[in-house]
Amino acid sequence: MLGYLVRRILAAIPVMGVVALFVFLLLRLTPGDPAAILAGDNATPEQLERIRNSLGLNEPIYIQFYTWIMKLLHGDLGVSLISNVPVLKMISQRVEPSISIALTTIVLSILVAVPLGVIAAWKHGTWIDRCVMGLSVLGFSVPVFVIGYVLIQVFAIDLRWVPVQGFKSISAGFGPFFERIILPTCTLSFIYVALIARMTRASMLDVLGEDYVRTARAKGIGETGVLLRHALRNAAVPVITVIGSGFALLISGVVVTESVFNLPGIGRLTVDAVLARDYPVIQAMILLTSGIYVGVNLVIDVAYTLLDPRIRY
Amino acid sequence: MAIDTLPESSIPVTRPFRLKFGFLTATPIIAVATICLVLIILMAIFAPLLAPHDPLLLTPAQRLKPSSAQFLLGTDAYGRDVLSRIIYGSRISLLIGLGAAVCSIALGLLIGLVSGFFRWVDAVMMRVMDGLMAIPAILLAIAVVSLSGASIWTVMIAITIPEIPRVARLVRSVVLTAREEPYVEAAISVGSSLPKIMWRHLMPNTIAPLIVQGTYVCASAILTEAILSFLGAGISPETPTWGNIMAEGRAYFQVKPSLIFWPGLLLSIAILSVNLIGDAARDALDPRMKQREGK
Amino acid sequence: MTAANSSNVVLDINNLVVGLGRKADAHRIIDDLSLQVREGETLCLVGESGSGKSVTSLTVMGLQQKGTLVPSGGSIKLVGEDLLGASDRRLRQLRATRMAMIFQEPMTALNPVVPVGRQIDEVLRAHTNLDARARRQKILAMMEHVRLPDVQRIFSSYPHRLSGGQRQRIMIAMALVLEPKLLIADEPTTALDVTTQKQILTLMRDLQRDHGTAVLFITHDMGVVAEIADRVAVMRHGRLVETGPLDDVLRAPKMEYTRNLLSSVPSLVPRAARPETTEPVVLEANELGKVYRERSMFGKAREVAAAQNVTLTLRKGRTLGIVGESGSGKSTVARCIVRLIDPTSGGVRLVGREISNLSRRLLQPHRQKIQIVFQDPYRSLNPRVTVGESIAEGPINYGMPRKDALARARELLELVHLPPDAISRYPHQFSGGQRQRIAIARALALDPDVLVADEAVSALDVSVQAQVLDLLDEIQKRLGIALLFITHDLRVAAQICDDVAVMQHGRVVEQGPAAEVLTNPQQAYTRALLDAAPGRGWDFANFRPVSEGIVATA
Repeated sequence: MLGYLVRRILAAIPVMGVVALFVFLLLRLTPGDPAAILAGDNATPEQLERIRNSLGLNEPIYIQFYTWIMKLLHGDLGVSLISNVPVLKMISQRVEPSISIALTTIVLSILVAVPLGVIAAWKHGTWIDRCVMGLSVLGFSVPVFVIGYVLIQVFAIDLRWVPVQGFKSISAGFGPFFERIILPTCTLSFIYVALIARMTRASMLDVLGEDYVRTARAKGIGETGVLLRHALRNAAVPVITVIGSGFALLISGVVVTESVFNLPGIGRLTVDAVLARDYPVIQAMILLTSGIYVGVNLVIDVAYTLLDPRIRY
Repeated sequence: MAIDTLPESSIPVTRPFRLKFGFLTATPIIAVATICLVLIILMAIFAPLLAPHDPLLLTPAQRLKPSSAQFLLGTDAYGRDVLSRIIYGSRISLLIGLGAAVCSIALGLLIGLVSGFFRWVDAVMMRVMDGLMAIPAILLAIAVVSLSGASIWTVMIAITIPEIPRVARLVRSVVLTAREEPYVEAAISVGSSLPKIMWRHLMPNTIAPLIVQGTYVCASAILTEAILSFLGAGISPETPTWGNIMAEGRAYFQVKPSLIFWPGLLLSIAILSVNLIGDAARDALDPRMKQREGK
Repeated sequence: MTAANSSNVVLDINNLVVGLGRKADAHRIIDDLSLQVREGETLCLVGESGSGKSVTSLTVMGLQQKGTLVPSGGSIKLVGEDLLGASDRRLRQLRATRMAMIFQEPMTALNPVVPVGRQIDEVLRAHTNLDARARRQKILAMMEHVRLPDVQRIFSSYPHRLSGGQRQRIMIAMALVLEPKLLIADEPTTALDVTTQKQILTLMRDLQRDHGTAVLFITHDMGVVAEIADRVAVMRHGRLVETGPLDDVLRAPKMEYTRNLLSSVPSLVPRAARPETTEPVVLEANELGKVYRERSMFGKAREVAAAQNVTLTLRKGRTLGIVGESGSGKSTVARCIVRLIDPTSGGVRLVGREISNLSRRLLQPHRQKIQIVFQDPYRSLNPRVTVGESIAEGPINYGMPRKDALARARELLELVHLPPDAISRYPHQFSGGQRQRIAIARALALDPDVLVADEAVSALDVSVQAQVLDLLDEIQKRLGIALLFITHDLRVAAQICDDVAVMQHGRVVEQGPAAEVLTNPQQAYTRALLDAAPGRGWDFANFRPVSEGIVATA
């Protein structure tokens, strides 16, 4: 088990390496002078020189990569070009709202999507199945921000059930936190529910055709037992995989949702950085979110071994 | 006993691959989706004829007007006709969707075919693809656009890059499965060359899943373009795109929500149509994929 | 035989009709079928693929695909109780308590993520009120009863830890733990090796004797029928062809179809040996070996020897059989010889030229001298390429103009007894046997010196199998081709091979003329293999036991 864990962690290193290399090359390979790109149009020659020095642009490219990577490994994600604040500090101040909606979304989505998928597969070909599938295509197709604004219009403006926008920390009490987090969570859950429900249904359909499900029925146990004890557990691996790979989708969704609901999270930070062309922040966000993605998928890989005894480690 | 008088109904039959368009009217819903998409395409092509006004014309005296006979959907904050901008916006969306689909499929097919056949390329390529997949598509696109400036080409490249790994992995898995097939081994043993085996025995297997994947990429590219514009990282704001119209509408959401709803509705219909057609194509091209899922 | 005393009839199927779909004119998968199975009796339901035998068994259990397969007429009675009209709830109660079923694939019939003990436990929890201790006691006792070793360990094992035979024993334990009146066994030994098959058949016989269970045993294998049946029912196209006691059906089949079916079964007695030849050797394998290395990041690489020190010789116009159970390495040897995989040691000489060390490019001119026919006729032809193009592909590769290659394909189709117009059709328009003919034509298109047949008739129904074997024989006589015939089926080997090599665990354990190896084996393993061949006492094609045949010819 330990060996497996170590192997999985080692396998994650090249992936993160590729991400780092990509982020590094993106700036250097973009046509034009990286310093000029970063400094913007109105930069003075002194500013350009300062940026050039801080990036080590006068050094050979492999030295640049080495120093950059070493800085990264020491937790130095650079300094914002606009505010001169270390990027890591900026991110840590804004991380709470983002983590809050990401977690509530994952929980809500799984609670809604898995039963939907199971029922759709069980009632395969009926109107229930078609409804779930229709809902899922809709979830993929309607942009997050459109859903967000529709929900705001209906529940915040017309019905006045919840505040329109903003965020309250959970430390300020559950009520205020909840009434501000509920709409963003529902907004973001749409696409995630679509993704998970679709995969659950497909995976369950595969499994329901398996011989051991027929064996279970031949034993004379009830349909619920067949569905939950025999089918769902076997169908879980692809579902968990899609929860993991959908994490990238979730992060993208967080960025948009925070913009719609004006949440002061890292998504807003990123968008502000884009508008201000604050590349170090964007770069740090890519590294950070990719790191989270790889970490989540690592945990999921380990979860497989608990679900399926055939997976050897 | 006569030769083979026994029925073999129990064995599934794989038919030779033929592209038929009958699936586009397979069910009423898909027929509606097809019609919607065709209408949007026509709207894009004939935008200059359909648009009542110049989408770029500023009329400061007519800011944020509600619907009227002159401006059917009203005007935006700069007094531009919203309807005309929405009509012209379809051009960018479709162009980006189609462009990203074609580019990512061409590159993904190449990478996938080579990876599926050469082990050392595979080892390197799949790590690169894993890395690319770890980066959230929106952030990747944002980074590309913010570095190289916003033009339709950079946006298209920015949207294509994150789609490539998915296509490459799909092609690779199809190739890996197909090359285990006895008919490929039979081709090896009758002395067929590697390019011939790839072209004749492996490539055809990838066409059906690629057509399906292409539609999904197209839908996702249209969506990503809108999100980029919406976040302010897309094509320059004066260009009429659905995302740009909505991005401007954000500030006036409480005053004039229709600035978001109309382009949002059209955007949703376009993506929904493409997705539905993709699902229908999948069901029609490969009945075995019907139950499985490639998204 | 239907006029039996009804007192001990356990399963009574009367005029059953099962249609494809609900419409009144739906295609009938089962048409007017009547069967009885009595207490303590094994009825073997025999038929080729598509005969409806599996549908029959699933319909009895109520496990047929709902909405697709619809019973539209007749009745099924289990100890007098009507099953077709029973509610789902009642059917669930009856399953495992009155009627139980075991399936063909022990590999897939058990849930991979649940320990096997718990899977049996589910039966008890669903149908009894026993407490956990009592249930465990009962399960362990049952597991011992089906002769599983080390039952405590196996109880908590996952299915993938067990061998195929052990899994099938678990299935049997699960089916019989509540002592049902009726056991349905759907090809329960087809996926197993012959030695395991023999053990399972013996076990089922013994259990049935002890418990008086009525068994409906479904199989396509006449050998198995001869081993286990009390009575036989032959099915074809969903209809009952004939039924009767085992001896009557095997000795004096009343119907033409049954006669044909029986005469298609190859005899285990080797055919008359052909005279030794001094024709040149076309294929030699010298101490051929294939070792698979499983690399792991920690610890040493694990090595698995799929084949070791395999030495074979094959002369022009002769047939060499490689026989063995699954995992014996026989297919590995075949694939090494054709160079679909590269051997790790030893050599292969093809028509006097060493080919095992040639690079892919240098191998190219030699490929045409050796061709292979695969097991699965449904996967060995590219579904998107016409039959003609498939056959012509080889000659075109070696420089024949397309037109000539297609003309050659036409000739070859005639050679394998298919109409020449088959050339422009696609594989899905042909049946399994026809596709195997096409695959043979493709292999012959390059005029090879050696034809390797890797389980080439194993996936075919016995009547089609006989035709393909006849075809191979005819082709060998006409073209003087050498055949390397890989098979697990000793009956097939006895009928087609001049020489036989018996493989076990990657090694050749015994090798020699078929007549000697298969009648007077020297090695214990070969003897065990022959001993386990089902129905070895019967000479089906001559409708008599082998012993009577010996007396008659002596």
